[in-house]
Amino acid sequence: MLNIKELLDTVKASPYREIVIHAPHTGVVEFTGLKAGDRVHGRFGEYKEKPGTLLGHLTREKNKKPIHAPEKGEVGMIRTELEGKFVEAGEPLVTIKHFLTRQEVIELVLQKALYLFRAPERAKYYFVPEVDQKLKVSGKRSVKVREGMELMIVSRMKRETPLSYSGPEGIIYSVYFGRGDNVDEGEPLIGVCPEDQLSVIQDVVARIQSEWEEE
Amino acid sequence: MDTDRRIQDIKDRLAYIRDIFGGKEDDHIRLLTAKLGEVLDRDAATPGGVQAEELSRLEDLFAFSERKLDTQLTPMDRVRIVRHPQRICLKDILENVYDNYTEIGGRGEFNIDPSMLIARAYFSRRVGERIVNQMVMVIGQEKGHGEAYRNGGSVKPWGNAKALHYMKVAETENIPIHTFVFTPGAYPVEDWPGAAQQIARNLYEMAALRAPVVAVFSEGGSGGAEAVGLADRRIMLSHGYYSVISPEGAAAIEGGLRTDSRATPELIEKCARQLRITALDNLENGYVDRVLQEPPLGARPTHYDFFRDLRRELIQATNEAVSEVRSMKLFRAMAVRASVGDAEVVFMRWNLSSSASNRLVDLRQRKFRAMSRHACLDGTGLIKRMAASARGTVWAANSFLRYDLLGRQKKRLDAMLEDLGAEAHIVRRKLLMPLKRIMDSILPVTNVEQQKKGDAVRDRLTRLSCPEDGACLVGSEWAWISPRSQEDRTVSCPQVRTHHCPDLWVPDLYGDFAGVCPSCGHHFPMEYPWYLHNVFDYDRSREFNQRLESMNPLGYEQFDAKLDQAKERTGLKSACITFETAINGVETVVAVLCAPFRGGSVGAAEGEKFIRAAERAGRKRQPFIAYVHGTAGIRIQEGVNGVIQMPRCTIAVRRYIDGGGLYLVLYDTNSYAGPVASFLGCSPYQFAVHSSNIGFAGPGVIAETTGMAVAPDYHSAYHALSRGHIHGIWDRREVRKNLHQALLTMGGRNLYYR
Repeated sequence: MLNIKELLDTVKASPYREIVIHAPHTGVVEFTGLKAGDRVHGRFGEYKEKPGTLLGHLTREKNKKPIHAPEKGEVGMIRTELEGKFVEAGEPLVTIKHFLTRQEVIELVLQKALYLFRAPERAKYYFVPEVDQKLKVSGKRSVKVREGMELMIVSRMKRETPLSYSGPEGIIYSVYFGRGDNVDEGEPLIGVCPEDQLSVIQDVVARIQSEWEEE
Repeated sequence: MDTDRRIQDIKDRLAYIRDIFGGKEDDHIRLLTAKLGEVLDRDAATPGGVQAEELSRLEDLFAFSERKLDTQLTPMDRVRIVRHPQRICLKDILENVYDNYTEIGGRGEFNIDPSMLIARAYFSRRVGERIVNQMVMVIGQEKGHGEAYRNGGSVKPWGNAKALHYMKVAETENIPIHTFVFTPGAYPVEDWPGAAQQIARNLYEMAALRAPVVAVFSEGGSGGAEAVGLADRRIMLSHGYYSVISPEGAAAIEGGLRTDSRATPELIEKCARQLRITALDNLENGYVDRVLQEPPLGARPTHYDFFRDLRRELIQATNEAVSEVRSMKLFRAMAVRASVGDAEVVFMRWNLSSSASNRLVDLRQRKFRAMSRHACLDGTGLIKRMAASARGTVWAANSFLRYDLLGRQKKRLDAMLEDLGAEAHIVRRKLLMPLKRIMDSILPVTNVEQQKKGDAVRDRLTRLSCPEDGACLVGSEWAWISPRSQEDRTVSCPQVRTHHCPDLWVPDLYGDFAGVCPSCGHHFPMEYPWYLHNVFDYDRSREFNQRLESMNPLGYEQFDAKLDQAKERTGLKSACITFETAINGVETVVAVLCAPFRGGSVGAAEGEKFIRAAERAGRKRQPFIAYVHGTAGIRIQEGVNGVIQMPRCTIAVRRYIDGGGLYLVLYDTNSYAGPVASFLGCSPYQFAVHSSNIGFAGPGVIAETTGMAVAPDYHSAYHALSRGHIHGIWDRREVRKNLHQALLTMGGRNLYYR
């Protein structure tokens, strides 16, 4: 059984992900004068078309290539001693401490705690009438699912086929699609958690929502 | 009550004057403000309000000052007049100029594009005892006194498509078309039918529309104006403007500004003056036929006298267009010419016979052909020019003799013989096959010779590649290699993030790989000589009109120096190179627009060269290929001299295609704006080289005008292909092969090799 409290404690102990930026290939390194502790940002813009903060350049065969920060964060370590030196491929150059956002932490916890039942093809999905009824009347946390149970109807191009649930037994924690929405292949349909962990997960998510500071 | 209304009216007039002069201080404005202030004070102090005479005096003063101010208007003031919400709009004209009208193709907001207004309208005319309704199709942009949904008269592509549809309706119904140009420019979205492509389609159809067209220009913003502006008679309102770009746009380019900064009012004012956008400028240049005088400081919806003038002018212009081509006119043609002041006297039916509409189209095409000749420099000597014209006549006569007079008979004979041969084949087969089958069953023979031949063919088809047959070439196969290939360094492919391409060594990339990333197929931009030598066999080609030269027709400040610099750097005299060449044995006329010369922008010289190339191809019955190495649009420093190339070149292309030719366009690198929205975008066969961009307005302009940011690859060739704007994407290394195949399989009935 997964210990959610423990998971949360590990996240709290180091509330960031450390991203190590290695030299993609050999070349001469030049940094742009960033220091440890400087803030950097990742790709941005409506289409993520604008690159992140410029960290440095790597020159090989007169081809000066920029190295950009992949995500938002703080520069942890920067190998300024390598400035103007030739490095091998794979040499760590910069580390960025990326502070986990509230959404990322919730996702992390849910990913560990929930089993995601995914859409096998792009289609519209409905619950079978009995389940649907139950969901409507007593809410989604009331439905228990088990392997092989006929759970949904896949509706696509004027044909409707039943879909059985496969995965660990538990109750539906969350439903990720709306009525009449088209769901792409591989997208999660429902998240299932073991019955005894329901209250713990709810509690943890509520606490992260209110307490986590990094937006 | 009446006094209050009159005071309010005077207040509005002052507010309007202030708007027009854009905060400029002037003695007249100060005087008017002071006088109005005095009268207002007295009005508040006097119990019964001011006397009517006093108000009349003030009104007279206003009228006098307005006349005075009218003489001081700068081009930018005229731009502000035209953009003012109180400016007359198309609805006002429909209400006041025509006797009745029915709006079609939508009403108000319930419309596929409310900025394009279509109406069936008529003039009721008294002819003797009868009343005759003369019907016209009215098409034009509607600004709607600031109604937001009208989008300021900026027409979306589907609005222009609607306009085209109703032009065709008018053609079918044989009634004249009155178009009204009230647009700051077209709305730059690429969705089908595409801003550029739809304007191109409109121009292409209007180039040979078999109905008289009269256009009235109030606000003629570049491409948007051209979408309905190609007309037999072009009238311009005296306070309107007709320009290649808005003065603000020109100022932004002139000042080299980024999207988020603004040009100073002085710079904008200067650009407006330099672009020569006013009615008189355009009349002088010959781009409009007449200027209709407006009341002082521009026509507003209450100027009923102006609407009467406009009505007279419209009837006069339509009469002129019709009387030029009608066969039965006798005295009326004379009367039309003489009746400039009183058009209503002459009555003339506006429907045309088939031969008359042919003459109409021909006259329209000639009219545009003759425009803008003064705006480019022809360095060809008189003797050479005469020789060229004589040669043109000889080619035309030769083509007529060879391909029409004799060729057609030969074709007919060939077709007949082919039919006979096919008939004979069927008969022979039906008769002889049963006999052969019987013979074969009785006497089975194996033909050793034939079997051997079959084996050889099978072997050739099924064996693997054989290096000894030349599959692995040694050395470069290219006739011209970019000088960039001399550098010893590597570059990264721009698609490295998504395709993980390895770095490319420059001598390889620009040498053997012809600028194509071997890993992802990205095409690095290539210099135009690569295409000239590797595709068009430039060394063996015959270039013509080489001495036709770009100039600075408007005397645009500092442009002479920039032009000289471009000429010196590229060794060209204009951005267009035209030559005759053979592509795998097929004689072809090619026009190239070169990006290094002022961004490949099109001005009067480029347009003239392009037209002459199309005419040459037509005379010689050769296919015509336009290779666009890159074009930034119409050259703004030439003003309307540049814009007018859009209809001119499109007409030339239309004439060529109607004559049965093959017109093929190949885009490379970046092709935008005017040329794409006219003579390039109207081609039935448009292809692009990989990694090129095609569009109407660049991302910056789209963000500026529509307020929405577009994806970075919005204009990529693949998107253009999926939107239906182009018809295929070619690999650079296969351009020659594909062109040859296109020459053999596409195009019209009148090519010399068919």
